[in-house]
Amino acid sequence: MKICCLVKEVPDAAVQKRIDPDSKRLDRSGEKNLNPFDTHGIEAAMQIREGGAVEVDEIVAVTMGPSSAVRALHKAVALGADRSVHLSDDALAGSDVCATGLALAKVLESESPDLVLLGQQSDDGECYVMGAVIADHLKMPSLTQVIKIDVDGEAISCERQAEYGYDTVEIDLPAVISVGDAINEPRYPSLKAIMGAKKKPLDTKAIGDVGIEANQVGAEGSKTQVLGMNPPEEKAGGEIIEDEDTNETVEKIVAWLDERKLV
Amino acid sequence: MAGILVYALHDGEGNFNKNALGAISEAAKLAGEVGGEAAAVVVGYDGDDAGEKLGAYGAAKVYRAKDVPEGLAQPIVDVMTKVISENGFSYALFGGGLLGFEIGAGLTARLNAGVTMEVTDVEARDGKLVALRPILQDSAIVDVAYVGEPGIIIGRLNAFDPVESGSGAAEVIDLDVELSEFSTKARMVTRGEQRGGDVNIEDADVLVGGGRGLGEKDNFKLAEELAEAMGGAVAATRAVVDAGWYPYATQIGQTGKTVAPKLYLAAGISGAIQHKVGMQNSENILAINKDPNAPIFEFCDLGVVGDLHKIVPKLTEAIKAKKGG
Repeated sequence: MKICCLVKEVPDAAVQKRIDPDSKRLDRSGEKNLNPFDTHGIEAAMQIREGGAVEVDEIVAVTMGPSSAVRALHKAVALGADRSVHLSDDALAGSDVCATGLALAKVLESESPDLVLLGQQSDDGECYVMGAVIADHLKMPSLTQVIKIDVDGEAISCERQAEYGYDTVEIDLPAVISVGDAINEPRYPSLKAIMGAKKKPLDTKAIGDVGIEANQVGAEGSKTQVLGMNPPEEKAGGEIIEDEDTNETVEKIVAWLDERKLV
Repeated sequence: MAGILVYALHDGEGNFNKNALGAISEAAKLAGEVGGEAAAVVVGYDGDDAGEKLGAYGAAKVYRAKDVPEGLAQPIVDVMTKVISENGFSYALFGGGLLGFEIGAGLTARLNAGVTMEVTDVEARDGKLVALRPILQDSAIVDVAYVGEPGIIIGRLNAFDPVESGSGAAEVIDLDVELSEFSTKARMVTRGEQRGGDVNIEDADVLVGGGRGLGEKDNFKLAEELAEAMGGAVAATRAVVDAGWYPYATQIGQTGKTVAPKLYLAAGISGAIQHKVGMQNSENILAINKDPNAPIFEFCDLGVVGDLHKIVPKLTEAIKAKKGG
């Protein structure tokens, strides 16, 4: 079995994120990190490998992004991937969900994986949709927000939390699975793995290498357009009570609830 | 092309999802502005009342595929693709929730269409829809327009209110849909299984959220007693879920659920941005915290600075007494 893990470089959680007012895109300067949700995808791949139910020949980390995104691939390899693929091309800048999904699907197509794993969302885009976009392009079944995977030969059994409770879904391989962060506890990479990560094979590809036309991606290939950006409506500050006499405080709370017909 | 198509999710027992009904109401409100009408797609439902139930919220037509299973996205992408390509719709609109995200994403790929997620509002401008989406943990709102048709809009949970518009029953059109080969490669084994004590916090009108300020796992009973007195449910922060004090199904925030109850009572919750993202759309926010500098006091409607261990039990008693009286 060959597993491809999609990963993304995102601004570090501690960095104050801002939008560049000119380009209306996320300002990606500053400290970066591997998207934490994707580390759960890599861990899931490692657990399938170590579980022994199927033979995992290869775990490949795949990303799309500027040259700096190599660091996310190094981290993915330190966590267990055997090699990595980096789609990097100036033509990709400004791709929306539609264009990004197509580009990533083309890279994956060139790898022919049996299973694609990714985190259900990215720390910056907060999209939740990329797995399902890619699956449709690849004509593979897909499931998102998966919290448990059992592998058994040609099919896998997944659990996820949905609108009405937990669903159990059986899926034939190849498939695209987006995992939630409740699925596992990602391991820490060993010092040896971190040191060795830069020596593992890394294949950098341009759009032409995977059959993507320039007009399918970037701003030209995008189907949404950001018209403007505004601050959210300011909410007026609420009333604050200091609890000095608890009986009195409780009376005030009940009166407040009563006024709003909440009790 | 004209009109707005909505997916009408249901629980398999004749109850349509609140967020889906909200999306139909929103579509009915906007349809005239873009030309055409609001319509809904239903799968796996053979009740005779689909037209009445969805028409009441403003759907003019209901496209129904009785034999397509509910709950998995890809077969529904097949159905919606057929409806859009045969009838022409300018927009597909989804209420908040997991399935809407999956179906909307599949449609994006299938129709090479623009998509916007976590939308909190939709406006019609010059006969086109513009989706308003909060980004960067809600510190800014972007206005997104669509290039070409259809445009796909996926709402945030509870973004659109279900409004009975008094419209008559919708016309029901039964469909025969041939599914894509890959759509049949996922099979629902069990749907909607409930597990030990899990509650659907997204449906509760009153939520008592418990955070680290509760001090220890056992103190969650304070939150449970208050929630019971108020006829609500208990939710939790990521920190306490990580600590094993409360189940993941109750986690609110960036890595948990998004809720918008009538009342969110935050007990011992500081109000970190990751939590705020999940509960800030609550109609009324009441916070009890001993730290006067807790960020939650900056966005709550009523803030009580004090020891929740003293206040909450008395509040529970007072509410019980009030309800009893």
